[in-house]
Amino acid sequence: MTHAEASAAAPILEVRDIGKTYGSILALQGVSASVGVGEVLCVLGDNGAGKSTFIKILSGAHAHTQGKLLAYGIERTFGSPREALDLGIATVYQDLAVVPLMPVWRNFFLGSEVTRGFGPFSQLDVKGMRRITKEELAKMGIDLRDVDQPIGTLSGGERQSVAIARAVYFGAKVVILDEPTSALGVKQAGVVLKYIAQARDRGLGVVFITHNPHHAYPVGDRFLLLKRGTSLGDFKKSEITIEEMTKLMAGGAELDALAHELARS
Amino acid sequence: MTLTAPAVIDERIKPAGLIITLLRRPEVGAAVAALAIFIFFSVSTQAFLTPAGVATWLYSASLFGIMAVAVALLMIGGEFDLSAGAMVGTTGLIVGIVTTEWGVNIWLALVMALAIALAIGAANAFVVMKTGLPSFIVTLATFFILQGVNLAVTKIITGTVSIQGMSAVPGFDAVRVFFGSSFSLFGMDVKISIVWWLAITALATWILLRTRAGNWIFAVGGQITSSRQVGVPVMKVKMGLFMTTAGAGWLVGMLQLFDVSTVQATTGIGQEFIYIICAVVGGCLLTGGYGSAIGAALGALIYGMTLQGIVFAQWDNNWLKAFLGGMLLLAVLVNLYVRRQAGVRS
Repeated sequence: MTHAEASAAAPILEVRDIGKTYGSILALQGVSASVGVGEVLCVLGDNGAGKSTFIKILSGAHAHTQGKLLAYGIERTFGSPREALDLGIATVYQDLAVVPLMPVWRNFFLGSEVTRGFGPFSQLDVKGMRRITKEELAKMGIDLRDVDQPIGTLSGGERQSVAIARAVYFGAKVVILDEPTSALGVKQAGVVLKYIAQARDRGLGVVFITHNPHHAYPVGDRFLLLKRGTSLGDFKKSEITIEEMTKLMAGGAELDALAHELARS
Repeated sequence: MTLTAPAVIDERIKPAGLIITLLRRPEVGAAVAALAIFIFFSVSTQAFLTPAGVATWLYSASLFGIMAVAVALLMIGGEFDLSAGAMVGTTGLIVGIVTTEWGVNIWLALVMALAIALAIGAANAFVVMKTGLPSFIVTLATFFILQGVNLAVTKIITGTVSIQGMSAVPGFDAVRVFFGSSFSLFGMDVKISIVWWLAITALATWILLRTRAGNWIFAVGGQITSSRQVGVPVMKVKMGLFMTTAGAGWLVGMLQLFDVSTVQATTGIGQEFIYIICAVVGGCLLTGGYGSAIGAALGALIYGMTLQGIVFAQWDNNWLKAFLGGMLLLAVLVNLYVRRQAGVRS
């Protein structure tokens, strides 16, 4: 991690004036934001605001076509999600990449299983993997009685947290969460927000994508507001209130007009 | 379990009792059924529990069991292979024809048949994976192709529909040690295929539960997109599974050929569904991602015991099919119940 030490002051991940065109379609342009150690960057926007494109650029699924992307202060263009992962940038997608019928610990290590022994005789280190899963989940504040239960039996919030814990264990420095609270009820969403705070307190950078200002505001340090593929600004928490944020997202004037229209005369 | 952690008991999760924990094991239903059938025929017929009787139903079970275990692995991996039965005939016929008609060395013939079987398995996998078509359809096609070729080619070359003169082939007795021999144990004449069956069940269980490959088999059958996302080599896993099933077909083909030293062109036809039934009775889900090799072996044991038990009881043989259907329905219902008890949301 010499490059990290050399630029310790630099944020883990930074974009400057970044943009992406698909053929003649401008999906995103002129977006600047950054996320540092122990920071939560919330990316807010309505449907079609460019949130997905933004994630795809950060996670390495699509390369950007304009502007700069910097990881630890060094300019990068990701050719594949693997390249982003190797730099510790992990994405937790909405479907969470879990196999519902498999036990929690098998899901935790799926694709990166720990084995012992040589060649054809190597076998899974079941005990070790069970223990690590339990420990890692405990660090996220999840106390599972039984890591052998199918992951499908966990609640939505818990599954989300297992996915986050997995990303962290396998070396993530920044976790990108794609709408982790959108499918959850109020209480479960609260649980996920708690885990986001937990991840932040452990020194991770978190990029939290959502369309709900009420989920973003309590946990976020910085807020990037997107609308129709452009940035409405990158705000610190002290610079914006939740009402202003909601208004900006919806397009203040439009919301006022709507309120007027809906009001009883 | 969690002595150090503060015990936060979630009131929504009932403590899983012993019965539920047991029911979570896919093979438990089959074990109970196997025991019941064993007791039933032991009590109701005289021949069932004699050494000769036991050897007979164990032999039956072993031939189905080897295939059922391979098919179970494939089903856990989310695929079907309807050509598995015809493969037994194809491999037996290849060895029979090339040795008796063309005088090919018997060991070479074994290797040839295995290579062809594996190639057909790989072809099944390739078509399924590249086209995304259901394996049910793809292997149904393979099944009909093999069935037709088995009959037509055997007729063209030998003029009949079976292989004769196998035992006169040089080296037959040497090969027979591995595939057609037997030894005596507790007064039983134990056929070597029973040893193969037990060994393969043990190996498959170890692979499923204790190796990386096993983890991947459950994963590709359970949720293929998630498996891809976390880096499981999906194509390799499925290819390996189809080739394993084909390889098991070869083994059973050899076990039958060297036991009775002849093979019919229709060998194995109609057995493919029995393998699937054994796997399902043993706890495999038709949708993949769940099941057990021991369960499939128990499913085959149930089939073997019933097949011979009905003979010993001197009932009409046709009751077997009706029984099989009943068992299948029961097994599927038990599976459904288990999945609900385990609270699995898919």
